[in-house]
Amino acid sequence: MPGKLKAKIVAGRHLPVMDRASDLTDAFVEVKFGNTTFKTDVFPKSLNPQWNSEWFKFEVDDEDLQDEPLQITVLDHDTYSANDAIGKVYIDIDPLLSCEAATVISGWLPIYDTIHGIRGEINVLVKVDLFNDLNRFRQSSCGVKFFCTTSIPRCYRVALVHGFVEELVVNEDPEYQWIDRIRTPRASNEARQRLISLMSGELQRKIGLKVLEMGGNAVVGYLQCFDLEGESGLVVRAIGTACTLDKLSPGTAPNTTTHTNTHTLPNTAPTSNACNSPSKDSKEPVFSEDPPHSLSGPPTPLRTLPSSSPPPFSPSKPCSRQSSSSDTDLSLTPRIGMGSGGSVGKEAGPLKTLLRQHTQSALEQREFPIFTLTCFPPGFLVHVGGVVSTRSVKLLDRIHNPDEPETRDAWWEEIRQEIKSHAKALGCHAVVGYSESTSICEEVCILSASGTAAMLNPRFMREGCLDTGGSDHRLSRQPHPGMVGSERGEGEVSSTWLGFEDASPPSCGFVHIPYDEFNMPFPAQLTYCYHCRRQKVPDVLFTTIDLPAEAEVTGKGCLIQARLCRTKKKAQGEVNATSISNLLPFMEYELHTQLMNKLKLRSMNALFGLRIQISVGENMLLGLASATGVYLSALPAPGGIQIAGKTPSDLSYDQHISTMQKRIDDTIAKNKELYNIHPPECIEEVVGSPIPDRQRSSRLFRSTSESSDELSELDLSHGKKDAFVLEIDDTDAVEDIQSLLTDAPIPAGFYSCNTEVMPGIHNWTSGLQMFTSVRVYRLSNANLTNQGLNKIFTDLCENLLKSLYFKLRSMIPCCLCHLNFTVAVPEEELIQVAVTAVAMSFDKETQQAADKALTRGSGENEEQLQFSMEMCGESTISNNQPTAKPSGVPESAMVHSSRDRCSTWLELLRLKAHTIRRGSVKTISSSERCSPLPEGRSRSLRSTRSLPCGAPVTVVKMTPLSFLPGTRIVKYLGIINMFFIRETTSLREEGGVSGFLHSFIAEVFAMVRAHVAALGGNALVSYSMKECVFMENPNKNQAQCLINVSGDAVIFIRESDQEAIPPLLTSRQTSSTGADGTT
Amino acid sequence: MSVELDVFVGNTTIMDEEVYQFWLDGYTVNDAVKVRMEGGVLEECEASAEVLRSDTMDQYRTFQMCERLLHSPAKLANQLLFQIPPHRQTMLIERYYTFDGVFVREVLGKKLSKGTKKDLDDVSAKTGVTLKSCRRQFDNFKRVFKVVEELKGPLVENIRQHFLLSDKLARDYAAIVFFANNRFETGKKKLHYLTFQDFAFCAGQLISNWTVGALDNMLEDMDVDLEKEFLQDLKELKILITDKDLLDQHKSLVCTALRGKTKAFNEMEANFKNLSRGLVNIAAKLTNTKDVRDFFIDLVEKFIEPCRSDKWTAGDMRLYLTHYTNSAHILDTFKHQVVWDRYMGVIKSCILKMYHD
Repeated sequence: MPGKLKAKIVAGRHLPVMDRASDLTDAFVEVKFGNTTFKTDVFPKSLNPQWNSEWFKFEVDDEDLQDEPLQITVLDHDTYSANDAIGKVYIDIDPLLSCEAATVISGWLPIYDTIHGIRGEINVLVKVDLFNDLNRFRQSSCGVKFFCTTSIPRCYRVALVHGFVEELVVNEDPEYQWIDRIRTPRASNEARQRLISLMSGELQRKIGLKVLEMGGNAVVGYLQCFDLEGESGLVVRAIGTACTLDKLSPGTAPNTTTHTNTHTLPNTAPTSNACNSPSKDSKEPVFSEDPPHSLSGPPTPLRTLPSSSPPPFSPSKPCSRQSSSSDTDLSLTPRIGMGSGGSVGKEAGPLKTLLRQHTQSALEQREFPIFTLTCFPPGFLVHVGGVVSTRSVKLLDRIHNPDEPETRDAWWEEIRQEIKSHAKALGCHAVVGYSESTSICEEVCILSASGTAAMLNPRFMREGCLDTGGSDHRLSRQPHPGMVGSERGEGEVSSTWLGFEDASPPSCGFVHIPYDEFNMPFPAQLTYCYHCRRQKVPDVLFTTIDLPAEAEVTGKGCLIQARLCRTKKKAQGEVNATSISNLLPFMEYELHTQLMNKLKLRSMNALFGLRIQISVGENMLLGLASATGVYLSALPAPGGIQIAGKTPSDLSYDQHISTMQKRIDDTIAKNKELYNIHPPECIEEVVGSPIPDRQRSSRLFRSTSESSDELSELDLSHGKKDAFVLEIDDTDAVEDIQSLLTDAPIPAGFYSCNTEVMPGIHNWTSGLQMFTSVRVYRLSNANLTNQGLNKIFTDLCENLLKSLYFKLRSMIPCCLCHLNFTVAVPEEELIQVAVTAVAMSFDKETQQAADKALTRGSGENEEQLQFSMEMCGESTISNNQPTAKPSGVPESAMVHSSRDRCSTWLELLRLKAHTIRRGSVKTISSSERCSPLPEGRSRSLRSTRSLPCGAPVTVVKMTPLSFLPGTRIVKYLGIINMFFIRETTSLREEGGVSGFLHSFIAEVFAMVRAHVAALGGNALVSYSMKECVFMENPNKNQAQCLINVSGDAVIFIRESDQEAIPPLLTSRQTSSTGADGTT
Repeated sequence: MSVELDVFVGNTTIMDEEVYQFWLDGYTVNDAVKVRMEGGVLEECEASAEVLRSDTMDQYRTFQMCERLLHSPAKLANQLLFQIPPHRQTMLIERYYTFDGVFVREVLGKKLSKGTKKDLDDVSAKTGVTLKSCRRQFDNFKRVFKVVEELKGPLVENIRQHFLLSDKLARDYAAIVFFANNRFETGKKKLHYLTFQDFAFCAGQLISNWTVGALDNMLEDMDVDLEKEFLQDLKELKILITDKDLLDQHKSLVCTALRGKTKAFNEMEANFKNLSRGLVNIAAKLTNTKDVRDFFIDLVEKFIEPCRSDKWTAGDMRLYLTHYTNSAHILDTFKHQVVWDRYMGVIKSCILKMYHD
């Protein structure tokens, strides 16, 4: 009995009127955990009952603690008939199980009913006493921390990255059980909510166990999804990256913590052998400058570089069509390898041997060298190959034995293997920025996975990698003084600052090709890196990750979307699955072409955060690819777009073409201006490129006319010959051009991207607005052509974006970050688009200055940087001086008193933060001095946290990003993962479908905020709405909606206060060193 | 293709003040879109009519969802459903409870009953305020009335605390409640020239001088009703007009003081007795509820109109009332100085406020 759960019901407020006669309610509460139930007394005749109950104690296994939610039910007492339920609250107690997360759940939580929505609030207190359990065979994994954040959480440093963890659990969907015929919708919804809550608890526990086995103590980039397979069941699956994280302990410089922490960590025990033990030697080949594969070719100087080719799109591998035969009867299809995928089939012999050599690496020995992270500590990524993706169409059948979810497991395993092999084909040994998704329609299910093939720095993978000194710094994600407010900037400093032992210069290394130049897995144009001029780079780079901190970007980025609609015949079973799998390659191909064209149109050469979603409906398939385009300075400038007609003799036709060409050229020029892309003109551009410029620009288009994706060999040959560009005789091409030019320009003052932050914007203000927008369109005309559908779908997305810009116009200048589109075909003739993003405003005035300050020469060394930091500090002092006048004597007096009082973790943390900010050895002494200001702030923070029940509601910020600009996250309180169902039988009365969904989403936000606040947090980061399933039946006046949201609850403090400190410190340091010495 | 569903939900609830005003004013979505388009938001933000319509619908929905909370504004601060910054909350409440001067003038002093509510369409037609907006305003009056009816303590303070309104707006509501409670007649043709603010001022005077709460501490009763005892005492003032000596004495004192100071002296002298009778009679009759209702009409008929026809200036009025009040103190047989002051203080400021075109 290793845990004692304690709950106390304090009070309720705003309860609904349950007794019409008296307009009051006689409320009481049932508190249930597992099979134990406690009840409070009835508080008669009140809408604001004060129960002030005793502590209800549950003595339970920690296994149950992880699986089960605490269930609180508020009821109305009725003497004569059955008690009426008012609503429920499910509390996930997982955050209380880790000593580093929250310690108590306390606050007002909305009482939720699946039919009526939020019905008042209840104030509860929940605590857990956990006893240590050293049982080796334990089934629980308490203490393993979970993060939705796909980067190393701030305030932690990564000691070790263990790799991929996955798990899935299946069950029957209560909605499809026989009992559902006789029970009320409320009972059915609640059964579902409870089951999913249980399943995700179980899933998290099992993943935790795997992490412990691997020797880790945390899961980063935890992604949990539901597959509502209908009749065949309910699947809850999760993936993540197991890590060993060290908390940046307060008061100590990172240098010193490193050693102590790693050795005291109990979890980095020998258990992790399988993953981490491989000897250093075995890795050498992969990462060393002179890789063994150079042996396979003539010893030209070029060969010694781990060179590569770009990840252009080679539609799919030749065998993809037939691959259904190789699978079980169920899997009818092609997994399409995007980018890399196609290559596998035509690998030349030597490359294969190379690959084998690669496999020797320790990483390869792992089952899946796959990482869900999208953002890495500087130096982690060595090279990036390109996007790898796989799709597979499956027919669902009933899950017979929920305890052995083998089929589903096998499906995913297959897909991951495929992904892995694609990565290998790209000469990479790992996949980063990995994610999985499904789209289900009736019994057909498309499983998709995508990621970015990459070479990683083995240092992070190795046991005991933490040799002292510089490398430690590189591991930690601590901010450094030079970079104000921009987390990305911080990363940049640390990388340049510490220098690299690695071959590639820090800011361009990751774009260098990881594959062999002469045995490129697909056709590509290589040039010498525009940055270091030493190694080869591709002409374009597609990735699913965030822009690495060290990347040098010219100008700003922008959201690029490719949208596609394909009709298909209605069919059943295998026929249906086959037709879908036949369509998939074409869709992928077209999406890719669109992306490429739009990228060129914006004069950019790389995509980050690429996410391709293909949704299946009964009579159509929707494809939506979103990514953030940027101009990477290290890659060659993209060629223009040229169009050509088939019959050049006709004069008017020529004219038509030339006007079109002009429009395109104008757009490109305009975009260059808009995104501020003015790369230095490069004359020797052609030097490294085997193909002349004109051809390069053409090649991408050329493929447009060629519709057979499977013929990648043909593709290859084409790539080398021709000169023509885009034939507008081709209807597809006309459509392409149309869609290129019809993309509405972004209104002035707005930027948008789907990555964490916008390259080129640094000075964010604290203005922040997270939002979700959902639209459902009904296609009125059933027999639409593909082209018509495409137009509709494109308009739909464009209009939605326009609406967003309009709504948020008060935030200008602002950037919509992490724009995440989700499309679905909930019914025949319906298209649903859901968008979640955060609008962040930035400061225009200082933009220019900041740009300048942040442009860093690659050659900058530590001294230079420190110097510039000092300069920054100095200049701010002068600015701050007037306001910060009361420094000096009174303040230094405060120092002492506050130092004595400085006992809260917060203050300690802040002390720590300052030490870090100073970023050098001399700070240790100054850490004491910096307490006075934090003291004041911590007081204010405490006061907001200890708000009495009736006081104004704590403001909880929400963002899909992993950070809040201008703030510092000081504590992670645990993962929030909530699932809600809302149903109505009075749709019209609730304002129709829009009214219904509007209030439901608002309610979900409210519940998330309340739970974050109850954990003591003031923000939810890495928020995502992973599921929003909406079903309606207007004829019956009914609708139902399921929403699943997740994120990390955190406590943040304003950085703006801290901004004022370093200068103050510096000033005092210089002026009053003597005085300090005496204290 | 048609949009079946279209929602936008922000973590911080986005509200456009302009659209809020349209909603409060009872515009339909279509009308609001039309007005907004004419307002030029479109060019400013490169949006289409469709975008504007979607935005307007969305905002209207948000306001509708908020409306329930606005009915008890204290809830807005500690509800969890909408995250609204405090200053926006204040704005929402203040605007929601703000009313149209023309509308309130129509219902001022009327019983806030279902019957009155039924007649709102006439009011709407007459004032040009949309029926929807009329209903909202009327319901606001009624809601405030109902809440403060049962509360003890100062009226304005109660309204301010319960509805979180600004001081100004709370005072206006106090006036409305006070008028509704005492059913003062304000609709007669002769009173049409008076604005709501004139009445609100008078109500403020009455509340702070003539009610129970005015002199006593606030524990006794609320200050919606005039103090009975005081009204009884007012009967005693009759001596000023019934006692011939006293009346003459009063007149001569006033005239001495006024002589040479105003052009309207002759008219004042000639009318003194009439005017004095008028004011004292009003005082003496206030024990009757019926006469309380006619308080303002009486003031106008018995005092303001005669003065106006004699072309007194506002300065004349002030001068006359000051001396008229003060001279009564010198009358040695007149013993009701305290009641007189309490009465005349209010009458003087009311008349001064009401004496305009």
